[in-house]
Amino acid sequence: MSAELAQYLTTGVTVGAVYALVALGFSLIYNASHVINFAQGEFVMIGGMSAVSLVATGMPLILAVPLAIGITVLVGMLLEKFAVEPARGASVVTLIIITIGASIFLRGLAAIVWDKKLHALPAFSGNEPISFVGASVQPQSLWVLGATMLIVLALAWFFGRTRVGKGMLATSHNRLAAQLVGINVRRVLLLSFAVSAGLGGAAGILVAPITTTSVDVGVMLGLKGFAAAVLGGLGSGPGALVGGFVLGIVESLCAGYISSAYKDAIAFVLMLGVLFFLPSGLMGKRAADRV
Amino acid sequence: MSHYRSSRHHGLIALAAIIALLPLVLSNKYFYDVAILIGFNAIVCIGLNLLIGYAGQISLGHAGFFGLGAYASAILTGNYGWPPVIAALAGMAGVGSLAFLAGRPILKLKGHYLAMATLGLGIIISLVIVNQDRLTGGPDGITVGPFSVLGFALENERAWYWFIGGLLLLTVWLSQNLIDSPMGRALRALHSSEVGAQAAGINAAAHKLQIFVLSATFAAGAGSLAAHYSGFITPAKAGFIHSVELVTMVVLGGMASIYGAVVGAAVLTLLPQILTVLKDYEMVVLGAVMMATMIFLPRGLVPSLAALCERWRDLLPPSLVLRLEALIGRGRKP
Repeated sequence: MSAELAQYLTTGVTVGAVYALVALGFSLIYNASHVINFAQGEFVMIGGMSAVSLVATGMPLILAVPLAIGITVLVGMLLEKFAVEPARGASVVTLIIITIGASIFLRGLAAIVWDKKLHALPAFSGNEPISFVGASVQPQSLWVLGATMLIVLALAWFFGRTRVGKGMLATSHNRLAAQLVGINVRRVLLLSFAVSAGLGGAAGILVAPITTTSVDVGVMLGLKGFAAAVLGGLGSGPGALVGGFVLGIVESLCAGYISSAYKDAIAFVLMLGVLFFLPSGLMGKRAADRV
Repeated sequence: MSHYRSSRHHGLIALAAIIALLPLVLSNKYFYDVAILIGFNAIVCIGLNLLIGYAGQISLGHAGFFGLGAYASAILTGNYGWPPVIAALAGMAGVGSLAFLAGRPILKLKGHYLAMATLGLGIIISLVIVNQDRLTGGPDGITVGPFSVLGFALENERAWYWFIGGLLLLTVWLSQNLIDSPMGRALRALHSSEVGAQAAGINAAAHKLQIFVLSATFAAGAGSLAAHYSGFITPAKAGFIHSVELVTMVVLGGMASIYGAVVGAAVLTLLPQILTVLKDYEMVVLGAVMMATMIFLPRGLVPSLAALCERWRDLLPPSLVLRLEALIGRGRKP
């Protein structure tokens, strides 16, 4: 394997992990409520910016990270309580506009609380690149991958082994049936926003040392996470992971070998291709509503 | 039916009266500027409302068509010396063809999937505009020359105001005729039940595609004129945020309502102008207004107000209602 290719692949996998986390958040909320949450990217921004400002106060990273995730989770829950819950049963267009309104609101609020400048979070363990089959890998990339793997394992355990997680899965399959067996579907909705915000926040913190963060970082990351979710099959957990990594790798390879100017377009070209030819996504259920 | 038709004309007359009388209160260039912007947005929103409100198909990429129209005018008049009218018509034809080709696979999708596909299409268009910088000037934008019709140049705000006002009336009139035509009835049938409409012999795919192409063409035309008017165009006008603004105008004003689209365009064009007073809080208030109207008035301003008026009418004594209706020249619909 050439060093160049190895370099592109490691970059792609790192970025892909971040897309995968955002895509997982999209799918979680979509499953619980059939809402596409366009404010998902703002969770990434809030996580990153909170961590930056907490570290700036002199707080050690090990405390700042969980606290920043906590702040993002709180924002996610408030969003569900005050914007999504009151509009239950509204049409697709209405819900899309509500979440877009929420994302504008959150971005505006963030610009007041923080500022519009670029901020960098210090890397978790130094900036000394590690050499790996000819590619130089930032230690932060390993943190991104490791943390993503831990999060995925934790989610798998949560949905496969715990009562609450199984309840959430049941609700996504059949809301009415879940309600009949005594699952509190309202709490499931709130919980899905909390978990999804946590995922976004974590992604924002992990990637902040590599790409820097700012108030506007959420727009593109959110849209690409969304493309990744569609790519893998909207509403599918493994699909979101596959979609995220595929998108990250393809994007990095195209930027390297074809055109870096059109790097951002690749996500949407892939998304359109999947929608036209494989509407249920790479990993989606074949029975998905494709009419 | 005659009552219905007359009430339809009353709406058009009322709009014409507003456009004719508005200059009495437009005391300076800035007010004219805002009124003209409302006109541009209203034309795009009427087209978009035909698609969203009547045909029930969402598009989160209409700013892409608006931007393509604008850039077609800028490039064809600037680089190739085409007359502005021909350039604008060519832009509309080009965008219409693109919408026709892209619409065929896209409109097979529904709901969320349709939203995503149109969003993707819009973003790809705006990225192409940003990256073809030799032609489009890249992220910094490009200047556009003045507009002229048959050798008559639109030089000041006043000329533009009357031109756009006339164009808006024409758009409203055309759209109303379309809605009351067999095509419009087919679209509404499609919206309430696609299977039902198809069973009644309506070619759903063809109708959806036609209305998609029409609304894209409206957006392209407005984009061309807006580019000439402001003399400058940036890729932001083709971007995702602008698409969202347009859809919000439609939904805020009221779906399946021509005047709703005009009202929505007016409110959401005025709002940021008023909110600039709030400086840093502008975005926060805009986002909050978007969320609040969607939560509390999900049907939009015009239909919600109309429903409210109906309720009030029932509370008033019938004799008074009749006299009021005679006063505004409007009879009960048969």
